[in-house]
Amino acid sequence: MKKLINRPEDVVREALQGIEQAHADLVRVSFDPNYIVRADAPVQGKTALISGGGSGHEPMHGGFVGAGMLDAACPGEVFTSPTPDQMEAATKAVNGGAGVVHIVKNYTGDVMNFEMAAELCRSEGIEVEAVLVDDDVAVQDSLYTAGRRGVGTTVLLEKIGGAAAEEGRPLKEVADVCREVNANGRTMGMALTSCTVPAAGKPTFELGEDEMEIGIGIHGEPGRERMKLKTASEIVDLMATAVVDDIPFSAGDNVLAFVNGMGGTPLIELYVLYNELARFLKGRNITIARNLIGSYITSLEMAGFSITLLKMSDDFIRLWDAPVKTPGLRWGV
Amino acid sequence: MKAAIGIGPDRWAPVEGKGWRLSVSYDDVIRLIRTYAEVVADQKEYLTQLDSAIGDADHGINMNRGMQAVLAKLDGQAPSDIGALFKTIGMTLVSTVGGAGGPLYGTLFLQIGTATAGKDTIEPADWAAALEAAVAGVQARGKAVLEDKTMVDALVPARDEFKAAVDEGASFADALRRAADAAERGMQATIPLVARKGRASYLGERSAGHQDPGATSSWLLMKTVAGTWTGGD
Repeated sequence: MKKLINRPEDVVREALQGIEQAHADLVRVSFDPNYIVRADAPVQGKTALISGGGSGHEPMHGGFVGAGMLDAACPGEVFTSPTPDQMEAATKAVNGGAGVVHIVKNYTGDVMNFEMAAELCRSEGIEVEAVLVDDDVAVQDSLYTAGRRGVGTTVLLEKIGGAAAEEGRPLKEVADVCREVNANGRTMGMALTSCTVPAAGKPTFELGEDEMEIGIGIHGEPGRERMKLKTASEIVDLMATAVVDDIPFSAGDNVLAFVNGMGGTPLIELYVLYNELARFLKGRNITIARNLIGSYITSLEMAGFSITLLKMSDDFIRLWDAPVKTPGLRWGV
Repeated sequence: MKAAIGIGPDRWAPVEGKGWRLSVSYDDVIRLIRTYAEVVADQKEYLTQLDSAIGDADHGINMNRGMQAVLAKLDGQAPSDIGALFKTIGMTLVSTVGGAGGPLYGTLFLQIGTATAGKDTIEPADWAAALEAAVAGVQARGKAVLEDKTMVDALVPARDEFKAAVDEGASFADALRRAADAAERGMQATIPLVARKGRASYLGERSAGHQDPGATSSWLLMKTVAGTWTGGD
């Protein structure tokens, strides 16, 4: 294992210390239990949003804490769900009296830990609405699986839901906006290489020099299919077809097109992929109303990318454009 | 692979005529927890390896972190009753393990703690009630049923076998051993199953042929219970 770390067991804490020093104007960091809150929390009268999940997906979620997006984020160990005491403490730290939305990616551990946290918070009189993100088209949703995973749409949901809360919408409405984003967003990811969890010390899976894994999750979970590497154009056709056919997205739709790097893919390749995605969508008469290109929900040093499409209503476009000031996303301020 | 398990039945074989307890004391529970922490530390790589085949390669790492935190907690803890002890263990696991294992093992120990609240000794009927509550809690939290390829596949047979043994008039020690054997069979039976819960379910048919890591850590727990409470030391 070759990593720029001190000791594997210190990675999460030391990264949090780095965030604390780098972004003291935007966020405060709590240790034991670990969470990041916006500097002015709690914002009185505002619906608060918190999210959380395993570390290793930076900038998600901690990088999205700040005005116009999340009120708090709870980082777990690398690729491991945070614990209920973190979520409970974060919920209390951000509750401005208007209740708190828990944004939960659909993984068994995250769901159970957030459920326990919500039970604890409700028993103390804090109103909590949980929103589940399950946008990964690579996984068949059926009674016989844990359901679809929460991936790229999470970033868009945190931005749009955060803007809805910032403009004063009540708890239920903010939660409904978040659920509507989830219902209208779909994602598919792929990997060129594996990643190495620091505590494990070796790659999560093996992939041949000329192979790629289509439908990968953000923890190196296997996807739909392993195949020989193809061109960017062929890969985008394959993945965008799976995404577009899922809801489905149809001619005349306005979408937000999000090309996300998995952590080890350079921006120049993401632009090559975006160019292919723009071509593909034009061919389907789907209009790109907004876009986001960069590494926002990552899987450590994995090379690869994901495509997320979100059907944009006028309300979504307005909320997307609203000011945001976080370490990871910033505009309009 | 099974050879990697360092605690075969020989380590807790009954010593005839001595050491069979009719009830379990507070110190026995402490010994159970310390031994289980050792077992988890010993089997950390093995559990993680099982998890990397069908999950996210962290089960052994997470369980070990949790049990080490439990040990640290025990060191600073004034003696209490058995129920309070199990609850402390449950809360510590909930706040340190993370993943799916945290809420599930946390709930398991919290439920045992509720079932044994205020007790200074555990009789067979108490342990039967504790297993009943623990399994019900785990199933309510994880929503898994038998043959979903989860820890439930080891725990349900252990609970049922323990109750059956007690009903048949078996000794506490024999009932614990039968429960551990039933957990082992349940764990082995997860190998051909296709996972329907947890991250392994994303693999569909590809999850068949692998032993479930959660069922394995649950078998280790049942085996450690039998080992430490019947050892005849």
